[in-house]
Amino acid sequence: MRRREAIAAYGFIAPWIVGFVIFMAVPMIISLVLSFTDYDGLRQSSFLGLDNYATMLADPRIRLSLLNTMIYAIMVVPATMAVALALAMLLSNVGRRSAGFFRTVFYLPEITPKVAIGVLFLLLLNGEVGVVDAALGVFGIDGPGWTTDPAWIKPGLVLMNLWSVGGTVVIYLAALQNVPTDLYEAAAIDGASAWQRFRRITLPMISPALFFTLIVQTIAALQTFDEAYAAFYGPSTQTGTATDAALFYLIYLFQQAFQFLHLGYASAMAWLLFVIIMVITAVQVRVSRRLVHYEGN
Amino acid sequence: MAVLAGCGGVGGGSGQNPAGGATLSTMGFGLVDEVAQVRVDLANKAIAPDVVQVGGSTFDAQQFLSAVASGTAPDLVFLDRQLVGTYASRGTLMPLGDCIARNGVDMSQYRDAAVQEVTLDRKVYGLPEFFNNRVVLMNGAALQAAGMTSADLSTKDWPALAAAAAKLTRTTPDGKLARIGFDPKIPEFLPLWAKANGVDMISADGRTANLDDPRLLEVLEFTLGLIQQQGGWGAFKAYRESFDFFGKENPLATDKLAAWPMEDFYLNQVANNSPQVQLLAAPFTDRRGAPIDLATGSAWAIPTGSKHPEQACTWIKTMSDAPTWIAAAQARAEKRRADGKAFTGIYTANRKADEKIFGELVRLEGQPVFESAVAAVLKAQDSAFTLPASPAGAEFRTAWQSAVTRVLEGRQPPAAALEQAQQEAQRALDSAPGR
Repeated sequence: MRRREAIAAYGFIAPWIVGFVIFMAVPMIISLVLSFTDYDGLRQSSFLGLDNYATMLADPRIRLSLLNTMIYAIMVVPATMAVALALAMLLSNVGRRSAGFFRTVFYLPEITPKVAIGVLFLLLLNGEVGVVDAALGVFGIDGPGWTTDPAWIKPGLVLMNLWSVGGTVVIYLAALQNVPTDLYEAAAIDGASAWQRFRRITLPMISPALFFTLIVQTIAALQTFDEAYAAFYGPSTQTGTATDAALFYLIYLFQQAFQFLHLGYASAMAWLLFVIIMVITAVQVRVSRRLVHYEGN
Repeated sequence: MAVLAGCGGVGGGSGQNPAGGATLSTMGFGLVDEVAQVRVDLANKAIAPDVVQVGGSTFDAQQFLSAVASGTAPDLVFLDRQLVGTYASRGTLMPLGDCIARNGVDMSQYRDAAVQEVTLDRKVYGLPEFFNNRVVLMNGAALQAAGMTSADLSTKDWPALAAAAAKLTRTTPDGKLARIGFDPKIPEFLPLWAKANGVDMISADGRTANLDDPRLLEVLEFTLGLIQQQGGWGAFKAYRESFDFFGKENPLATDKLAAWPMEDFYLNQVANNSPQVQLLAAPFTDRRGAPIDLATGSAWAIPTGSKHPEQACTWIKTMSDAPTWIAAAQARAEKRRADGKAFTGIYTANRKADEKIFGELVRLEGQPVFESAVAAVLKAQDSAFTLPASPAGAEFRTAWQSAVTRVLEGRQPPAAALEQAQQEAQRALDSAPGR
């Protein structure tokens, strides 16, 4: 009986396993092999040993793009989580009918193509005629050059990214709705303030959702590409003014692979990013053991 | 990978068509207008019953690499001439020597500068198509209001040009840019400014960078100064990005830009969207006053994996032949006439075609604005140069463009930026195939 159940289970997951092997595992192994070669996608490659990895250590643009990506991740992940949580808490307090409407509204930007967001970035955050700086001007604030000042380009991209927090909002909202209301009632009877209820009940109870989005958002931030590429490196911006401030790791990897035809080097870069993501995720998992509260623990 | 290569942007397959002939595939070319349609029809007629099925979009390196790597290279590829050297040096494109000899392609009909762009190590790898010239375009109304003429904006006399730019620049009471006086269009047009100051940024064989030349430093310092005197890079770029460059509210029609070097296709844009604008044009000149013109464009090439190289050769020969261009120009002229708009010509890499197009088909009597603008482009065209084919063209371009951007953003002094660019570019050229 158990054997038959196991066979049935494997049968059900077989499509996923086949897909994983063909579209993930095999390409990953091939890219690992290519990372030790000078493959350019066009000619026979030759084995270079660890040359690509050694070159990466000395490549200043690797350091620059990694630094840019890390700074961006450090800014965008907490910002996304904070804004999404605030919106989810607001939504959890509105009526059921209007909650559905607002959930839809907040989720809509999530399905907007990232390229469109990149182009919008240039229009909304334009330092001379952009809406954002015009709004700041109403309060007497001279807005920065979000799209032109290297110091403000990453904050600008973070700001733009906050436009599409809808997916995270939906996750937090589901988590908030699962918090038992009697906990809040008991705390209120004991005289707990709103902040104390948030700090002592809400946060621990939704910590698994927070932890999940922390990992997902971190990985997404380290792999950021579309918006920055569309805004500064894409065909519509071929004026050669691509700023180094938006040279994220994947953009440099793309340049190496498909503009300079260094596919072997780009494969080595991809593996470095894989290792970095694994290390960061492992640290996050380790730290989470003390901070994340699972029901039943 | 073969499956992925088949997705999007590739016209046709290599199967049989209903007429019993082969169907050739293309990459990088789309039937965007009547000029493309007429030429494709004629070229298909030349290889009937075989047919080239067109239906892609612009060249996509990722897609092309996937196709080549999976053994499903298209029969033809249409790409930026600056990329030809990169792919040719890796053996991906077929040298066209046999094709040219067998089909009797008259190479003298093509402009030398365009042929140079598709020639690597003395072998021709592509047949050139359009020829995009760069001239100085000017807002006649702005000049008139300032009591100036186009001669005041000559690129011959740099101090005078800087003074004229300052006079034409306008700001709002709160200090924001309201009109750019002169946009030098750097980093993009740095090779044009460099040539004007006597510098070739790369050697004729495309293998040696020359980015640390003191005359190039002088160019960068001057053009940087032009931008700084007009509000600095941040304000300048942000203001420029706010333009609706190709619409009715273009910066000439809205008086947001007084003068700038620009590709010739902008004349068509103005004729189409704002024919009332007082447009002036003049050749970009070197510091002795002689016209110079940075030309770019695309080319047709045949990948080494093409399954029908002979038909492909006949097809690209016809596409770039003078009679084909003339037929296409005729169609465009008729369409413009029917729309009541000026036909300002199409600029091709085929000298013979241009002679006929501009000698007979372009009729701008009674439209002095466009007549003189077209004359300026034609004058510039004879002094055109191109950046030579290079096996590391993309890396070379990235090196100097990044250097200029670092300077514009104030992150590096011009001399240090060019020094770094020289090292990066030469390293890439040294490690490129063929060394």
